[in-house]
Amino acid sequence: MSRTIVVTSGKGGVGKTTSTANLGMALARLGRKVVLVDADFGLRNLDLLLGLENRVVYTALEVIARECKLDQALVKDKRQPNLSLLAAPQTRNKTAITAAHMKALVEVLSRHFDYVLVDCPAGIETGFQNAIAGAKEAIIVTTPEISAVRDADRVIGLLEANRIKDIKLILNRLRPAMVKNNDMMSVEDVLEILSVKLIGVIPEDEQVIVSTNKGEPLVLAEKLSLAGEAYDNTAKRLDGIEVEFMDFTAANNSIFARFGRWLRGNP
Amino acid sequence: MIITEFLERLFSGQKTDSRGQVKQRLKFILAHDRAALTPKMLEDMRNEILAVVSKYVELDEDGLDVTLESDNRMTALIANLPIRKVRNPVTEEEPSAVVEAIIE
Repeated sequence: MSRTIVVTSGKGGVGKTTSTANLGMALARLGRKVVLVDADFGLRNLDLLLGLENRVVYTALEVIARECKLDQALVKDKRQPNLSLLAAPQTRNKTAITAAHMKALVEVLSRHFDYVLVDCPAGIETGFQNAIAGAKEAIIVTTPEISAVRDADRVIGLLEANRIKDIKLILNRLRPAMVKNNDMMSVEDVLEILSVKLIGVIPEDEQVIVSTNKGEPLVLAEKLSLAGEAYDNTAKRLDGIEVEFMDFTAANNSIFARFGRWLRGNP
Repeated sequence: MIITEFLERLFSGQKTDSRGQVKQRLKFILAHDRAALTPKMLEDMRNEILAVVSKYVELDEDGLDVTLESDNRMTALIANLPIRKVRNPVTEEEPSAVVEAIIE
């Protein structure tokens, strides 16, 4: 049974594309056949985060216009053959694409892949409507900031109105030290406000920028960074594997906390 | 349960850290976003509610508070209307008697 999931957020810059790239790669490493669809027509970025920009020949636009076959447009990742990318056109002529096109495209892809992950553009206009057209599930990416949470709430409402009920949340760029000082909303705070199911918490991590620079998703690193491990765990949860949420609180690794746990017999 | 909620509301105004502030601001703004009520509609509704309630009791104008609150994706209209005194049923009848007289 194939799953079609749209990754969306409302607000831009909260980590939709980073999340799509890492979840896709991690799922592929779990042995799933995954295709990532960049629905950000005109402003494509997913190919960059995956390091596949030089291999994009055809895009979703040519497929829809029947100028090429679907498998000609799919870029297969050489590092991980289970992962494919359908890039977005970088032209401005994006008005030619309708929700019906996207729905048909996702439908065809779902026959050949276990997971179809659609990377949604920011905003709630036509691009958003197109991106969600073929999806049965949604992953909302947000950060613990007022504007990101507000936009996430708006998007959740729109998804529900479009009959997408299976909605899961990734809380990105959490800074545990700031939460501890009561200067940032905690995971619980955001969940209380948005009332959706949590599937991942990603800590703020400089390695995200390093991985973007290199075009190598975090989950590909030999020694996983904190964010890489968090994405790996998120992908496992998405695939139905129970994984405990990581504890990022700095205090948790202090010598006193370790001593306390040692006293209680679980170091 | 109601008492703890009441105490929470009473003391929530004292939260000075930015985490408490952002939560309060978000809850307020989301309640309005979700209800999709314009400020004008909310103001009209508030005035009509006050007019109805004022027929029976005298309200303390300074303590009035009508807001939207959101919890678990449910939005509620919370009205806090402190009563100064219950209107005397006799004075209530007088104007209606006058109205009747005019109609007749």
